[in-house]
Amino acid sequence: MSIVIHNVSKQFGQFQALQPTNLTISSGKLVALLGPSGSGKSTLLRVISGLETPDTGSIIIDDQDHTHLDVRQRNIGFVFQHYALFKHLTIRQNIAFGLEIQRHPREAIRKRVNDLLDLIQLAGLGDRYPAQLSGGQRQRVALARALAVEPRVLLLDEPFGALDAKVRKELRSWLRRLHDEVHVTSVFVTHDQEEAMEVADEIVIMNQGKIEQVGTAVEVYDRPATPFVMGFIGTVNVIPKTSPIAKQFSSIEHTQDIFVRPQDVEIFSNPEPKTISATVERIIPMGSEIQIELRLSDNTILISYVSHFKFTQLQLKTAQNVFICVHKSQVFTEEAGGGHQTLNLATSGSHF
Amino acid sequence: MLINDRPRLMPSPRSLPRPRLSQHTKPILIALALTYIGIILLLPLITLIYESVHLGIQPLITAISTSEFRSALQLTFLLTAIAVPLNTLFGLCAAWVLARQHFPGRTLLLSLIDLPFSISPVVAGLMIVLLYGRNGWFGPWLEAINFKVIFAVPGMAIATIFITLPFVVREVIPVLEEMGSEQEEAARTLGANDWQIFWRITLPHIRWGLLYGVLLTNARALGEFGAVAVVSGSILGRTQTLPIFVEQAYKNYQTQAAFGAAAILVLLALSTLIIKEIIGKQSGMTSRSSL
Amino acid sequence: MMVRFPGLRFTSLSWPWVVTIGYLLVLLCLPILALLSQTFTLSPDEFWAIATAPIALAAYQVTFVTALGAALLNGIMGTIIAWVLVRYEFPGRKLVDAAIDLPFALPTAVAGLLLATLYSENGWIGQLFTPFGIKIAFTRLGVWVAMVFISLPFIVRTVQPVLQELEPEVEEAAWSLGASPGQTFWRIIFPPLFPSILTGMALGFSRAVGEYGSVVIVSSGIPFRDLIAPVLIFQRLEQYDYSGASVIGIVLLVIALLLLLTINRLQQWGQHYAD
Repeated sequence: MSIVIHNVSKQFGQFQALQPTNLTISSGKLVALLGPSGSGKSTLLRVISGLETPDTGSIIIDDQDHTHLDVRQRNIGFVFQHYALFKHLTIRQNIAFGLEIQRHPREAIRKRVNDLLDLIQLAGLGDRYPAQLSGGQRQRVALARALAVEPRVLLLDEPFGALDAKVRKELRSWLRRLHDEVHVTSVFVTHDQEEAMEVADEIVIMNQGKIEQVGTAVEVYDRPATPFVMGFIGTVNVIPKTSPIAKQFSSIEHTQDIFVRPQDVEIFSNPEPKTISATVERIIPMGSEIQIELRLSDNTILISYVSHFKFTQLQLKTAQNVFICVHKSQVFTEEAGGGHQTLNLATSGSHF
Repeated sequence: MLINDRPRLMPSPRSLPRPRLSQHTKPILIALALTYIGIILLLPLITLIYESVHLGIQPLITAISTSEFRSALQLTFLLTAIAVPLNTLFGLCAAWVLARQHFPGRTLLLSLIDLPFSISPVVAGLMIVLLYGRNGWFGPWLEAINFKVIFAVPGMAIATIFITLPFVVREVIPVLEEMGSEQEEAARTLGANDWQIFWRITLPHIRWGLLYGVLLTNARALGEFGAVAVVSGSILGRTQTLPIFVEQAYKNYQTQAAFGAAAILVLLALSTLIIKEIIGKQSGMTSRSSL
Repeated sequence: MMVRFPGLRFTSLSWPWVVTIGYLLVLLCLPILALLSQTFTLSPDEFWAIATAPIALAAYQVTFVTALGAALLNGIMGTIIAWVLVRYEFPGRKLVDAAIDLPFALPTAVAGLLLATLYSENGWIGQLFTPFGIKIAFTRLGVWVAMVFISLPFIVRTVQPVLQELEPEVEEAAWSLGASPGQTFWRIIFPPLFPSILTGMALGFSRAVGEYGSVVIVSSGIPFRDLIAPVLIFQRLEQYDYSGASVIGIVLLVIALLLLLTINRLQQWGQHYAD
């Protein structure tokens, strides 16, 4: 049940919600559409579902053109951010709804609903109404309702967005386990990078109606394709191309900003080869790690993460003079075609 | 549970019509709604305009410059001027009590206040006659001090108050509840007394709701017919309100006079609706009760 | 009067209590008691005889059947209007929305005058029916028209907010599960709407049952034909028949109370599924 999105775009009035977009989602995968609000991720999901019709392009699901098929003919399961449960129906009736519409025999429906209630661990609550359940339970019911009709594709629109942090975390790993059991091709929308990285096989990062990068969690983190991805996934230091220090980073001429991950900045108390001097500006304990703000000689601020062990070893204090080494940095040069090229310029501090 | 051990329920995609209520439903429903509103609500208004002016403006002016008309207008305004302030004062007190206090019988008190909405105006008038009429509870006593209530202004004022009693309470309670009591408590910790709290904290907060309630009270008081008609005795020029004047004139085939008075009442009603819309826009609130 | 409740600080503000209770006692409770006490001036047999006299029974019948007819028509049309106002965007929507309140704001006597003119034999609408021998004004049909007019806003204004709160996602969910427009309406949209439609109909019915101003003008007030209960009370009062008026008044009062109870129940039912 692969999904091929070919040249799809969508405009709402003056607002170009989705630029012409191409994407292939292979069968059985759990894919996250990740991006800030307004990036077009929900629009893309709704276009796949058939709740919106694209202005251009085509949607091919399982080698069949679905572009002009109605949402009801696509056999997709859709899970909404605010559950959209039928409030006047019990949990059982909610889950059974799609099956009743398809006129399955009563006994088969009953069995299927029972199976699904077991699956979402709400076996005892089938006769309650949605209003009597917690947010996490409601979202599980919404999932069961979508799964009941055995959709070829499961689409989830910010499924955990309305839940509090703890429940969200639980439900997230539950969704991952669920997907490992029922290998239905799934696409979910999220603005939470942690969620996307934890749950998804593949992450599609979107910004301003365009796809910035498609890849696994490791790929998008280690080899970000664009400055946006680099900044959106994880924390990053940006050294402006105008900064005098930028020249020290590379032998080649710099026309672009330099991006450095905080964990690639190592601190030494004494000068070592290929280090530059800096001053400790602030020390912010962040739980498992400690964030150190460093001021360089040209007043550029760099952030570094150090472990508690290293922190004690270095005996860091505010206003202390230290020496730093940048193990890895990245620039994005714009090609003539408009794309980005990634250059790893400074590995293991070789450019200092 | 695994996907492969489930019974195969899934049908192949069938060819079905579009899900949104189809393209034809929308214009049909809009046309139906507009036609109904046109016939039921707007056509009567057009009739009024036509009937008031189709003989020219002169007969209309003659019809409404009689002394009967003028005294009916005055009486209507007098009754409104009595009922609105009293019910506003009561409404504020009752709303405060009901929104800020929790006491046994609160729900009962709320339903009691709602009663005038569901009692027929004629029954309301009847009650007042039974209370203050010649054979009523207070009849003999009122006769002894020579104070006329029934067939006179006091009775009509009481009837108007009765009919319009719930409006202010009904509009103010939800606003008060929404506001919560934290701000009043904060003012109290800053040393404000009850009076200062009311004027400087509570009133500014509830002003739109209050205005709404006053507006509804006002509109209903101007137009009340049944209850007032029962206690008025409709003595020409003495106990006729504008609505009673409309009815009497119509029954006496003075159509021009009836439509003249009706036009005045409709103008008042329409200005009520317009002010209501303006308040609604200003405050973003909607009415909780209806006239 | 100092009313004190533990933990509450309003000793100096206890006068709102005095005003509330005093006002309600004098202006609301006393009149109701005066009416109810009339029961005791009659023996149960006399009371029953007046309450169920043929003229009274005919008046109840006209009142309730006609009011029910008005509530039914408005139940359907009011729901459609609410739907159109909430779901569709069309030029003049705001104006139409404001016009719904017209019967609330229009004095009932004026409504009666306008309807009597419009539906009389020579009226714009009345003359359309005259060739078929159908008279509207000054018949039971006229009473029905008046009741339709005054009760329309109740249904629209009760259904509108409930419809507004129905999330469109719920409909999308139904479609994504394969439901047709008809199935979506009857199985997903209508059930949560139904209590509010019934509530609106009950409110409109209650108002129509008590209506006097517009009906007295648009009807002839002839017993057994188009005489409604409130007009009968008025006629009895004009004949100084206070017990006759009171008995029917009590019947109407009791029915009003029962309706109020029903409406409360309906509203609770409507809240049942809300979170």
